[in-house]
Amino acid sequence: MRDVAIIGVGMIQFGRRDEDSLMDMLANASLKALDDAGLGDKSVDAVVVGNMGSGIIQHQTAVASSLVDRLSLLPAAAETVENGPASGGSAVKNGLLAVASGYYDTVLVVGGEKMREVTGWRATDFVATMTHPLAEYIYGVTLPGMAGMFARLYMEKYGITREMLVAVAIKNQEMGGHNPFAHVEMAITKEGIYDDPASIVNNPVVADPLHLYDACPVSDGAAALILCPLEKIKNPTKPPVVIAGFGQATDTQTLQEREDPTDLKAVTLAAQKAFEMAKLKPSDIHVAELHDAFTILEIAESEHVGFFKKGEGGKAALAGKTKLGGQIPINVSGGLKARGHPVGATGVAQVVDIVYQLRHELSKDRQVKNAQNGLTVNFGGFGNNVLAFVLRRV
Amino acid sequence: MPIDMELEQVLRPHQYEMKPYPPKVITLANGKKMVVRQAVREDVPEILKSVHPCLFIDRDYYDIVSARLYGELLAWYRYRVKSEYCLMGQVDGYLVGVVNGRMETDQVGMSYHTLAIDRGLRIGSHLFAAKMEYHLEYLNQEEVLIVAESPIGFRRWMIEYPLEPTTIPHELGGGDSWRLTRQIYFAAKPRLVVGERPVPQELLDEAEADIKFADEDTIRERIAGLKGR
Repeated sequence: MRDVAIIGVGMIQFGRRDEDSLMDMLANASLKALDDAGLGDKSVDAVVVGNMGSGIIQHQTAVASSLVDRLSLLPAAAETVENGPASGGSAVKNGLLAVASGYYDTVLVVGGEKMREVTGWRATDFVATMTHPLAEYIYGVTLPGMAGMFARLYMEKYGITREMLVAVAIKNQEMGGHNPFAHVEMAITKEGIYDDPASIVNNPVVADPLHLYDACPVSDGAAALILCPLEKIKNPTKPPVVIAGFGQATDTQTLQEREDPTDLKAVTLAAQKAFEMAKLKPSDIHVAELHDAFTILEIAESEHVGFFKKGEGGKAALAGKTKLGGQIPINVSGGLKARGHPVGATGVAQVVDIVYQLRHELSKDRQVKNAQNGLTVNFGGFGNNVLAFVLRRV
Repeated sequence: MPIDMELEQVLRPHQYEMKPYPPKVITLANGKKMVVRQAVREDVPEILKSVHPCLFIDRDYYDIVSARLYGELLAWYRYRVKSEYCLMGQVDGYLVGVVNGRMETDQVGMSYHTLAIDRGLRIGSHLFAAKMEYHLEYLNQEEVLIVAESPIGFRRWMIEYPLEPTTIPHELGGGDSWRLTRQIYFAAKPRLVVGERPVPQELLDEAEADIKFADEDTIRERIAGLKGR
């Protein structure tokens, strides 16, 4: 297995991009990554696209075949990877394995999703297609509904309070305000979403006990990166970042079949594998991008990957330990909560954000000082298919 | 323009006596304070300056809502509509939203439009609630007839209250009216109608001193920018 480096990254602003097609977004993010890598006239050997729903939302399939032609990268190999909201992470993994194996030298990985051209209801229904058709979907289960049930159990078992969830929401929206790629730029206050009587309207219950500001927005967006063997990098203009470790694990499709539904086993296993491969520990990580589709997930994942003991993640969030400058800065991009969650793009965007961090390219209000190692967790299904990556600055 | 006073008496509709809407203040999600207060007829030319840029925004039916609101406010200004009122939301003195309606009869209210000039802060929800509060608690009407012109409006009014479907035509000429009765309103009030009275004097003074307006580019960016709030 060869060491694999990320030599170029690109991302477009997430949000509501009415004027852009899915292909426009994928192409623009790809071109930015190709430029960043300084490949010049050199082409890539393969293109891997992470996308969950173009077949449903855009009625367009085989987007990788379309993209490779649009980018004039023919005859590069091309394929689309669909793995629910972990499609982006799976695309990174497929690109990584292709380069690590020695089969390809240069791979473009891009993740993208265009979700805002349908109503919020349709988007919620589209995401719910990842649930079990007969045990969950048929009963009207949605991802916010699942997250609500999970949050209730987690709060009761570990003493998580709404103030802790609110702390995560405020932190991530504040960071989104500093991120030019973020969908949500608006800072929120505890008074406005929790303390004041008007918060009942400002921040209504979405799926008890989760409220509006506990959930990520529905977004359009795309992110891309270029992979190549570390050994082939000569005279880099930017500090190379390697994927030092990755792990993937699965769990039962339905929450109800799990012995303890609050135990996100796949998160723990994926992170453990990634740390083991990288020969690092959770305490070696300087910055993390966790899959906070709902605030409760940031807290739960911060415990399951080993940053905090079970039951301590919420207290840590409340104490500011996960803020920029804290013990372990989490989601200083704004996370899914504020950067947005175009499902197929998210896993790639998380890696791109960590690359920016490890190259020390961000503005002071987002840069983790001297960050050398970073972690991403991309959470598919409701924790039934999880990918973790450990990145290291070389 | 020249006005023929004799003819004007015929053209101007009879007006119901309308109790004033007492101002209130609402804390928004970003911690800012929005003053909700009633506009007077003389405010209309100024309000239209913020409505005008929205006429050309086709996102989320802003164009049709703004165009109709523009006409309704102008009709009020020129005495061509019966018993209309307009409520405004202001943050730091800036106009962030406008709602209007009128008394169809002394018992029945006719809801017109809700225009949020800043987005992502549930300003539209707050102002629509204030409008319903005015009809049912201050004008003491029995019901309000409502239609939605956007899916967002449908979700906010018809689903969230929830309103009662009817086959009564609405004055706007679109789909049939949905009805907010006193019973529905007071059942929904604890979760949808908020605000404090009296408004602290300094906030009220700031709002009343001068209606401030964001520039056209800012309004367009807030409503139709990439951030998509």
